[in-house]
Amino acid sequence: MKRIFTVLLIILLSLTLVVGCAQKAPTPAPTEQPKEKFKVGFIYVGPIGDAGWTYAHEQGRKMLEKELGVEAIYKESVPESQECEKVIKDMIDQGAKVIFATSYGFQDYVAKVAKEYPNVKFLHCSGSILGANYANYFGSIEEPRYLSGIVAGLKTKKNSIGYVAAYDLTEVIRGINAFTLGVRSVNPKAVVKVKWTNTWFDPAKEKAAAVALLDEGVDVIAQHQDTSGPQVAAEERGVWSVGYNTDMSKMAPKAYMTAPLWNWGMYYVKTVKEIQAGTWKPEAYWGTMKDGFVDLAPLTAVAPPEAKAAVDKVKADMMAGKFNVFAGPIKDQSGKVVVPAGSSVSLPDQLSMKWFVQGVEGKIGK
Amino acid sequence: MQFRLVKIAETSKKKQTFIFLAAILLALFTTGLFIMFLGHDPVKVYLSLVNGAFGSRYRIEQTLIKAIPLIITSLGIAIAFRMKFWNIGAEGQITMGAFCASYLALNYSYLPRPVLLSLMLLGGFIGGSIWGIIPAFFKAKWGTNETIVTLMMNYVALKWIIYLQYGPWKDPAALGFPKIPNFAENAILPKFLGLHIGWVIALFLVISVHIFMNYSKKGFEIAVIGESVNTARYAGIEIFKTIVLAMFLSGGICGLVGMIQASGVNLTLSKDITGGVGYTAIITAWLGALKPHWIVLVSILFAALVQGSSYIQTAFGISAASAQLLEAIILFFVLGSDFFAKYRLVIDWKGLSRKKENKL
Repeated sequence: MKRIFTVLLIILLSLTLVVGCAQKAPTPAPTEQPKEKFKVGFIYVGPIGDAGWTYAHEQGRKMLEKELGVEAIYKESVPESQECEKVIKDMIDQGAKVIFATSYGFQDYVAKVAKEYPNVKFLHCSGSILGANYANYFGSIEEPRYLSGIVAGLKTKKNSIGYVAAYDLTEVIRGINAFTLGVRSVNPKAVVKVKWTNTWFDPAKEKAAAVALLDEGVDVIAQHQDTSGPQVAAEERGVWSVGYNTDMSKMAPKAYMTAPLWNWGMYYVKTVKEIQAGTWKPEAYWGTMKDGFVDLAPLTAVAPPEAKAAVDKVKADMMAGKFNVFAGPIKDQSGKVVVPAGSSVSLPDQLSMKWFVQGVEGKIGK
Repeated sequence: MQFRLVKIAETSKKKQTFIFLAAILLALFTTGLFIMFLGHDPVKVYLSLVNGAFGSRYRIEQTLIKAIPLIITSLGIAIAFRMKFWNIGAEGQITMGAFCASYLALNYSYLPRPVLLSLMLLGGFIGGSIWGIIPAFFKAKWGTNETIVTLMMNYVALKWIIYLQYGPWKDPAALGFPKIPNFAENAILPKFLGLHIGWVIALFLVISVHIFMNYSKKGFEIAVIGESVNTARYAGIEIFKTIVLAMFLSGGICGLVGMIQASGVNLTLSKDITGGVGYTAIITAWLGALKPHWIVLVSILFAALVQGSSYIQTAFGISAASAQLLEAIILFFVLGSDFFAKYRLVIDWKGLSRKKENKL
């Protein structure tokens, strides 16, 4: 009974195969040869419609295609597992000469594949790998995070702010600390409560974490997530929020005040240009606000009126290179001074930060 | 007016062929509409789907890498299904097999490679078989519903791995990222003819399961229980023992998949270790009529569908969700056609005996 089905399934699919191959013979000449566009591949951890992290990278990819006329293929929702290695190899198989892997968890797989394909260049976002044909890129998002902290600190009435955070990675911890320092620079009594979701992209779970924080009495929600779930939670409760990655005012018009932003396109254009010209060298790219790599989204009407002046003042100092977010004195959660006045946290130490500053209510796993 | 479904005793091969071809054509037509709606040329997309699955040596390898776990899991499921024991728990059995193998890989990496790998294979089998025996014992002893028990045990296994990944087994070198450390070199399956050695294991299992099911006494007894428990009892078959043995094998074979995926493909354990194979294999085992050789072919075709649809995502910029929808539509028609081969719809006008066959 079933046998006949299977036989047919096989015959049919092998027929399509034959047809596919038969038709393939004449077609490749016109389709694959005419222009031989330079091919770049993007590996995304979420869907491009996430309105957050992946969406921001997608804008960068589009900018790259537009400005350099290269072909930039992409794959969405790639899990941070072995699947990533396979996707990278698929793209190389399809002719990609440069791979941008845009999530921390891709790191090991990028490094592994990079060693197998010395002629392809690999750029990994937010990690620390560096080799002959692979490098990493990231930036000082703590600058706009600090600024967004100023906005939140001025807005909160209950002196209690919620922060929906992904994983207790140093990247996320650094962001929470910068945000909290910003909050306490204008409102020393405010605390920042942290909830871990252990997801980058899970709208429902991230919204639920925000709701739990709201139930604990916070009245501003900030986030380190790739979705706008937390914003929606704030909107529904009629309180306020700070987004991340993109302007999230559409999802939460009455709650959203501002968001720290990335300008990935600038880096993608610069890097691919260098690779095409043969001048590219592996480097740990670290973009700052001064470089235009990170920025704070324009404040909306929801933001407190006095925020703009406060933000602009600090921002001007950042642009002039006069302001260090992690300049002492900084106390840790127990109140101990860990960064004395006059010194600051060095970049390598920032990149391995495993402690919270005073004012954060939350725990880091071992 | 009344609608009735009538079971067809025997469908002619001709009719089956017709229904099946119609299903495939309808599937291609429906997905074609959807592809046009997305703004692409359906013929081009279909051709590159095939091209993406078989177009180069690399792509064929990738298709086979996807097919290996499907084949082995389907074999495991087939043994249980032959007994009409609905083992929905392959997912959990794979996970527990991977867990046991990973435990050995992470703690005994100083052992020589052949010894360690053999132990891991054994561990994988035992891990899976324990997860298989538990529902078998409940079913044989108290007649519990195996579908529910095996399904629920999947979640127990999954949560266990999540606990390990975010807790005690978390890699301290990963700067807080929740991942289990990668296996040492000698806990990784070697390659044979360009592909990890799992395919040799798969081939060996196909032959072994075929012989077991068709030429051994136990295999025959399992089939008898599947046909009728009372007949089996009357024939003097030890029901309890046979059910437990069948699930020991079924779960154990699925457990091997866990070991192969952890050691040959993922190089570590993670909560995504199964990749949903435990559920997909139910479909491939069923479409393969529970026969090992058909399972091989169906699994390869299924893997080709998955690999091809992954290819069209990057080639045409079709979103991941749309590509999955295409896969689902094709499966829906292929599986759905089975219904029309087994039943026919009878419309009874005002209780009169005027019957009308509803053909597609």
